Amino acid sequence: MRGNSEAHQLVAPGSLSAVLELLAAEPGVWTPIAGGTELMVAYSAGRLNAAKLVNLWGIRELRFIDAADGSISIGAGATFADMRRHAGLCEGWPLMARAASWIGSVANQTRATLGGNLVNGSPAADSSPALLVYDAEIELISVRGSRRIPYCEFHTGYKRNVLAPDELVYALHMPRRFAQHKQYLRKVGTRRAMAISKIALAGTALAQGGTVAEIRLAAASLAPFPARLYKTEQAILGLPVTPETIAAARNALLAEAAPIDDIRSTAGYRKRVAANLVEEFLIEAAQEEAQP
Amino acid sequence: MSDCWPAITMQVNGESRTVYVSPMKRLLDVLREDLHLTGAKEGCGEGECGSCSVRMDGELVNSCLVPVLQAEGAEIQTVEGLATKGVLHPLQQSFLACGGAQCGICTPGMLMASAQLIEHNPHPSLAEIREALAGNLCRCTGFMRIFESVLAAATDASNSETRQAHRAR
Repeated sequence: MRGNSEAHQLVAPGSLSAVLELLAAEPGVWTPIAGGTELMVAYSAGRLNAAKLVNLWGIRELRFIDAADGSISIGAGATFADMRRHAGLCEGWPLMARAASWIGSVANQTRATLGGNLVNGSPAADSSPALLVYDAEIELISVRGSRRIPYCEFHTGYKRNVLAPDELVYALHMPRRFAQHKQYLRKVGTRRAMAISKIALAGTALAQGGTVAEIRLAAASLAPFPARLYKTEQAILGLPVTPETIAAARNALLAEAAPIDDIRSTAGYRKRVAANLVEEFLIEAAQEEAQP
Repeated sequence: MSDCWPAITMQVNGESRTVYVSPMKRLLDVLREDLHLTGAKEGCGEGECGSCSVRMDGELVNSCLVPVLQAEGAEIQTVEGLATKGVLHPLQQSFLACGGAQCGICTPGMLMASAQLIEHNPHPSLAEIREALAGNLCRCTGFMRIFESVLAAATDASNSETRQAHRAR
């Protein structure tokens, strides 16, 4: 334990509006902390740079999951335990619930929040691929009001995003329109629990009349931030799932993916496994349509 | 500086406790240094090993990742709070009986994670036990004795439930 508790100031304004006012009064000065599963690790290691932290844990306005007829909204303060236990989320957005069940361990899931996972912005973030293939929107809030943008526009680079210094993530919204889609999520890591992804792939696809009418693919750890694989999607869209389509999709993915070598894996392994996962998804989707 | 820290009050093992410490101080360090509850251990300090596991408001957490400010007003249960009036919790008894504890560093966390599991799922499968304890690392037992301890405690509990059900008839 190398952190010095007296070197950091931690305050708890208590309500969402009080936190937003603090962020607005001194933009860029305060670092929000929710479940601490990222920042407290840095703190214990003596490498937490933030001198001033503002507490979000326990702010009720941020911790909710509201399922409606056409969509679901998940507050930034919802934990991964909240998500995997939510019947409506498990039923309507199963990839999201499954991703939540894979994060860390029980004791991490009770603390780690959706907002924290996204703002931390790891290229390997567990919740991101599912959000991307469900066309999620992210809602940001500040004293100036709130704005909603497609989640795929949130990350702008390695650990960079569009949040203004006075803004917080308020919620994620996902439309309910994927019930007829074949859905896929697979995470590849060194062990089942506690392992950060070497690569993760999510997909939603709609097969109609023997061809792929809609497809969304998104990956973690193939780029500086979690992202859709638009070029790979284009190589599949409108085509039947044949060996030729699969080969074209694999080639498109190998050209589109830009992973790195790091302590967890190599770029070459990540590309090859990602291509295998795309192939596995396409074969599963084609089989499902063949057996109505 | 330490005399000017604000009071932070928690319920710890059913007792109201107030500390005057930096709000950033880790719950683990407050439990061990300020409240002298040394059951929870520091293994990794990164939320990876689970040896600092305690329950906070009914949820299992890694106390090394909780700034104590976030525990203000919370109910904390540590391994010291598992036994009641000197009688070991059934899990503690089965860890003893089945050889689920060796060096003891992981044991408090294993017990808290197991207690959390059994409370919500009194008859867990081996797969459910493995998942519930996946965040708790042991370097002595090879894990099987620990899983067997949890299974044994759950079986004993179900036996006593069956006996109670019989008596109720």
